[in-house]
Amino acid sequence: MSDEQSQAAWPHTIYRLLKEAKVAQVSFVPDGGHKQLIQYCIDDPDMRTISLTTEQDGVGLATGAWLGGVRSTLLMQSSGVGNCINALSLLRNCQIPFITFVTMRGDFGETNAWQIPMGQSVKPVLEEMGMICLRAETAGDVEETVRAGLAMAFSAQQAIAVLLSQRLIGAKVFK
Amino acid sequence: MTENTLNRREAVKRILADRGDTLTVSSLGGPSYDVAAIQVDFEQDFPLGGAMGQATMTGLGLALSQPKRRVIVFAGDGEMLMSLGSLATIGAEKPDNLAIVVIDNEHYAETGMQRTHTGRGIDLAGVAIGCQFPVVRTIRTSAELEEATPLIRRAPGPVFALLKVSNEVGPLFPRNRDGVFQKMQFRRALLGRS
Repeated sequence: MSDEQSQAAWPHTIYRLLKEAKVAQVSFVPDGGHKQLIQYCIDDPDMRTISLTTEQDGVGLATGAWLGGVRSTLLMQSSGVGNCINALSLLRNCQIPFITFVTMRGDFGETNAWQIPMGQSVKPVLEEMGMICLRAETAGDVEETVRAGLAMAFSAQQAIAVLLSQRLIGAKVFK
Repeated sequence: MTENTLNRREAVKRILADRGDTLTVSSLGGPSYDVAAIQVDFEQDFPLGGAMGQATMTGLGLALSQPKRRVIVFAGDGEMLMSLGSLATIGAEKPDNLAIVVIDNEHYAETGMQRTHTGRGIDLAGVAIGCQFPVVRTIRTSAELEEATPLIRRAPGPVFALLKVSNEVGPLFPRNRDGVFQKMQFRRALLGRS
């Protein structure tokens, strides 16, 4: 991640809105695009952060948290979406309110061909599993999109994926 | 390989005797039946009927959100083999109110009794030790079950118990598989009308 990206304001916007929505548990498989947001959550003593070995574990974790009365979110890269598919049965069959923030690869300006297959499949496969995808294309979209996603998740009890475009994050540069 | 003689239904019933406010999560197939055989559709139980590999993490999410309640996960050996990474996460998070009980019959009973790796010498208790679980037990006899039950129920965890059981599958019976109903009754019992 470049210094310019590390100063971006949108990760703090998401953090602030998670706090407003009383999301108290944050799980993740680390991704460069989520570096700042993960750090804000780790630094917050009122947030429980859980580092996962595979993204699908965040689905079960969020389900258990909701059963116990706590709001949880999952942060992952687009490649992790594929790891989650069958686990999403939990959300659909039990109608668990859920929101995940997906930093996109294989997207706008991608230079690594390995990222393309999963990145381009994120939206259709999530929609096939009953999730609603909202996309933030630019920094100006983030607040409105995240607010909408949190409302749809925790008020309308839907499973929501907020896709954070590579245009927003900045395409990773391979030198 | 020594033959396992413990009966899974009786062992689970022993672990949950006088359970008080203990909460359970159970994995698809046999374990959900073993728990439901004590009291079908009980409001302190959350049985999975699919989403294989998610029982232990659902238990972790529940244990972290309800730190004053004991949470016991009953998982099959196939389920546990599918989610070994979750043991590393639980070992790292160290929830002291969580116990994982693997009901290990060394076979995929649901799909035609194909052998699992645990029947080929792979030791899940050894994995739990490596994942820094402070209390780990392998249970093959009634005496070992008696020694381990209070640990599963009350010891500062995370606790890992490997229950080596026979291949016998108990009778099946009707139970509710409506996930929305299960979620609603579980949350209402635990959280009230929220």
